[in-house]
Amino acid sequence: MPQVFSRSANGISRFALWGACFMAIFAALGGTAILRSDFVTGVGRPLAQPVPFSHRHHVGELGLDCRYCHSGVETSSSAGLPATEVCMTCHSQLFTNADMLAPVRASLASGQPLQWQRVNSVPDFVYFNHSIHIAKGVACETCHGEVDDMPLIRRAHALSMEWCLGCHRDPEPNLRPPQDVFLMHWKPPAGIAEIRRSLISLLDIHPETMTDCYVCHR
Amino acid sequence: MAGLRERLSPGPELWRSLDELADTPEFRRFVDAEFPSIAERIPARLDRRTLLKLMGASLSLAGLAACSRAEDILPYIRQPENIVPGRPLYYATTLSSDGYGIGAGVESHEGRPTKVEGNPDHPASRGATDAVMQAAVLSLFDPDRSRMPLKHGEPAAYDDFLADMAELTSRLAGAGTALLIEATTSPTMKAQLEALRARYPRLRLFRHDPLATPSGTEATQILFGRALAPVCRFDRADVIFSLDADFLGEGPGRLAYARDFAARRRVRRADDTMSRLYAVESTPTITGAAADHRRPVRPSEVETVAAALSAVLGGEAAPSALALDPTWLAAAANDLKAAGRSALIVPGAHQTPFVHAAALAMNARLGALGNTVELIEPPDAMPIEGDLAALCQAIAARDIDTVVILGANPLHTAPAGLDVHDVFSQLKLLVHWGLHRDETAFVAHWHIPAAHDLESWSDLRAHDGTASIVQPLIRPLYRGRTVHELLAVLGGELAVSALQLVRRTWAQTLDDPAWRKALRDGFVSGSASIPADVAMPPDLRGLKPRIEAAKGVEIRFVADPWLRDGRNANSSWLQELPRPLSKIVWGNAALMSPATSGRLQVENGRVVNIASNGMDIDAPVWIMPGHPDDTVTLALGFGRKLGSVAALADGHDAYRLRSPEAPWIVDGAMITPRDSSARVITTQHHQAMEGRAIVRHASLDAFRKNPHFVRDGVPPTPSESLYPDWQYSQEAWAMSIDQSACIGCMACVSACQAENNIATVGPDESALGHEMHWLRIDRYYSGPPDDPEVFFQPVPCMHCEKAPCEVVCPVNATTHTHDGLNAQVYNRCIGTRYCSQNCPYKVRRFNFLDFQEFDKDAAGPEQAVHNPDVSVRSRGVMEKCTYCVQRISEKRIKAQTENRAIADGEVVTACQQACPTQAIVFGDLNGKGARVAQEKAAPHHYALLEELNTRPRTTYLGKIKNINGRLSSGGKADG
Repeated sequence: MPQVFSRSANGISRFALWGACFMAIFAALGGTAILRSDFVTGVGRPLAQPVPFSHRHHVGELGLDCRYCHSGVETSSSAGLPATEVCMTCHSQLFTNADMLAPVRASLASGQPLQWQRVNSVPDFVYFNHSIHIAKGVACETCHGEVDDMPLIRRAHALSMEWCLGCHRDPEPNLRPPQDVFLMHWKPPAGIAEIRRSLISLLDIHPETMTDCYVCHR
Repeated sequence: MAGLRERLSPGPELWRSLDELADTPEFRRFVDAEFPSIAERIPARLDRRTLLKLMGASLSLAGLAACSRAEDILPYIRQPENIVPGRPLYYATTLSSDGYGIGAGVESHEGRPTKVEGNPDHPASRGATDAVMQAAVLSLFDPDRSRMPLKHGEPAAYDDFLADMAELTSRLAGAGTALLIEATTSPTMKAQLEALRARYPRLRLFRHDPLATPSGTEATQILFGRALAPVCRFDRADVIFSLDADFLGEGPGRLAYARDFAARRRVRRADDTMSRLYAVESTPTITGAAADHRRPVRPSEVETVAAALSAVLGGEAAPSALALDPTWLAAAANDLKAAGRSALIVPGAHQTPFVHAAALAMNARLGALGNTVELIEPPDAMPIEGDLAALCQAIAARDIDTVVILGANPLHTAPAGLDVHDVFSQLKLLVHWGLHRDETAFVAHWHIPAAHDLESWSDLRAHDGTASIVQPLIRPLYRGRTVHELLAVLGGELAVSALQLVRRTWAQTLDDPAWRKALRDGFVSGSASIPADVAMPPDLRGLKPRIEAAKGVEIRFVADPWLRDGRNANSSWLQELPRPLSKIVWGNAALMSPATSGRLQVENGRVVNIASNGMDIDAPVWIMPGHPDDTVTLALGFGRKLGSVAALADGHDAYRLRSPEAPWIVDGAMITPRDSSARVITTQHHQAMEGRAIVRHASLDAFRKNPHFVRDGVPPTPSESLYPDWQYSQEAWAMSIDQSACIGCMACVSACQAENNIATVGPDESALGHEMHWLRIDRYYSGPPDDPEVFFQPVPCMHCEKAPCEVVCPVNATTHTHDGLNAQVYNRCIGTRYCSQNCPYKVRRFNFLDFQEFDKDAAGPEQAVHNPDVSVRSRGVMEKCTYCVQRISEKRIKAQTENRAIADGEVVTACQQACPTQAIVFGDLNGKGARVAQEKAAPHHYALLEELNTRPRTTYLGKIKNINGRLSSGGKADG
């Protein structure tokens, strides 16, 4: 009975077996890398918005306070988006005929809200609360990046659970005096390590309780 | 439809769905499949290739699910001044309970009402709610609500309706038109009806309330010459005698009564006192379960008991032919006499005028009239001339050819003696206004959608006459109209709004600041009725108890506690909420005593034919311990097939046995067992405690002798544990449940369902024991089945410090938190169900199917009822009580942003907030002077199954009954 497989079949099968193992590991590593890459998380990629609103212009150049538009940030879970009327407080006087602002005027006239695209989002089973972070000295900048440099808003961080937990396990490096949380490009003063340590006790922050699952999931 | 009715009309066969009735081939295939619930989803023959294809598809789809499109965010155009997105607002309003107002505070998220709470300042709520009020938000978003005006069943414009009404108004001055209203106490409605009547003297007004109990006002009419309604003061009552009255479960004042009743029975130390309740009742109720001494008697015998009690109180001997033990009655009478003006005798609302009159006379003789019971003008007095039977007579006599029905559904709720369908078909014009396209809407020429309570401006009176404003939480979803707008249309005012109409009613009494205060407070202060000053006549003015004994089997009709007259039949929360004593869901049954079922040789679920006055229905039997013999209890409200939820339910329509003359009690019924049986779904199959000390109880005397009675004969708790040791440096949340206070009313279960987005599962899954309620109320019996003691025990998650569930989870989806909660992480759970297996209290609930729709477009309006602060769970995920962790988080964040500690009593769980008797106390064990710590320091405090050393955070106070020493045998209660 002639042999079914030639001598080279040994090599081929070895190559195939090892190859399969390598492929599996590669796929696993590659998959993990892709899931954490900006391509999937959307970090740094602006979304098309109905009005090309520029935080660089409004915050960086004009110096508007975050709370002028995001008025719920100190009191509510949601920072809130400005109502059309808030846009029009200025734009009924300035750039009243700019084409760029036509959707805003149309919104006010028609009563249909502007449809913004959400840039910074967490899954539905995550209950993030803005007010407590602001109260405890976590700055806007810490999560949203330096928005005053963003012509179109884009995600600055992945907002993954791992990233959130990094700070919840050890909040100290991300704290600043609460009066400074709305500042951009904040430079830590001298002796910041000492200030941060005192903030932990002054603001009654208990990192050991901040990794309980129900803090974010409920 | 007509063909279907024809098939139904003989009525011997039971059927569940229209398919079954039609017996289609698809239905047969559905029934024949081994697993009907998934039969449609699996191919007939599953080969290896199909299986691989399905597996491949599900894997790739699993990957796809992760890629999501960016969400839209829609800000306001003009942001309302008080709304901060993400923060709920609360508005005071009033909900109607059989026409009477109960104050509520409704939580609104960005204009969307999601949760009903009680109004602490309202006299009928006192901060509590009942199960039905909780479901108001669900009925608001009911997808089966009527959405447009219908003319002859076809969609029509409201303007066409107005045109037809203008024509009707033009002939209102002549005869021939009648209004049929439902039960209501609205002052605005009363004013409108009076105005209409003044303007059109020949307009006729009728009221149809299938749950009406007119005996009380009939009795006062005879005794005092005017209609009066009683208001009881249980906070002043030391000894209470109930003559078939379910004052804790029925009636417009039940929440306030339950609060006062429980407050007089809160025992923590040996020198605390409590009131005593004797109950004589013709069907088991939660009031009887709360009684210290209870006796079941047949409905007709309540009259003789009332007469006998009256005789004994007057110093005469009790009549010999009495259903009760004379020593029992004598002991009760002595107690009542000793209590004097602090005694209270409560007649059942459905009982005969004699019972009401006798109770009033006894209260007057004891001096209690004016102290524990006061009489006021009936809040529901309306300028009406008769009921549905009178209307039918007038139509039959050709006096009336046009009827405007405002809310009632007589085609379902009319007693069988009245052929409403036939009578109404003689009408020239029938207008129906209602929330649903119900049975009556189907025969009406015009149907106008009603605005829901939460969409309406109106006003209502509470049981004590206090008026409160009904304030809308949301604009009508389907352009429904309020009853006031409709009445205004009849009066010729087409463009007036309900707000203007209500404001007009109160224009004299309330100036603008007072009106705003009434809206804010939720009631008009000082509007409670002033008690009438009456003089008791020396005799009962000819009212006498019946002499002849009842023939045959007696039927006792009761309103279903949740569906009421059937109006809530399309509410899945209420259909699936276990009835307090029978624990039956998704249907009703003919309740009878063990002895009667033995005599008839029937078992649970056996179908019997019940015939009375030439009418008969088939119903499955359910044996109720403590039910009087030769009596059968039938609950009204079931048997409706209109509405997607109502059609799922089992149950029989008890209206088909009711006669207009005797709406609540009928004798001479015949019961014939049939050969078939029908499904009766119950959530508790096991009633006994199996010798374990689950509910620990004692009499007040025994408690005084031994305050630590809960420790008697209990196996010792081990002191060492193999479980991890936890440090609780911050809060330590804990709950204490007082079983003496719990009356088993189920408000907490319903509140929990509303707060925590708990899914309903439907009758089939309920029958498998897959119900999802995080909190259950276990009901236990002890003693003889003929007249047992009843115990209620609410069982939420125990939040064990040494939790068996936590250590067995392979993926750490159930974890221990720093404040001692057993947190359940839905997004981690893979559904092994090991935790549930290892939980000794069986409080974990598993999503066997996708009980909630996640596709926003497919989910329909009912998705709007969800609490946005709680995750909606999907298939394959375990869930359980979280101690309302979203409320803890909210209060903690609030306290932390204000840089302070959480105050005691700041975090209130949903169950605690709803509880009418304040049986549940929640708080931080580490907090100084925390109420929960005080409760846990009581001598009769114990943990459930503490011998397992789980160290539960949820613990109980043993039940204490105030047993009359002369009736007790060896310290044990005799019932």
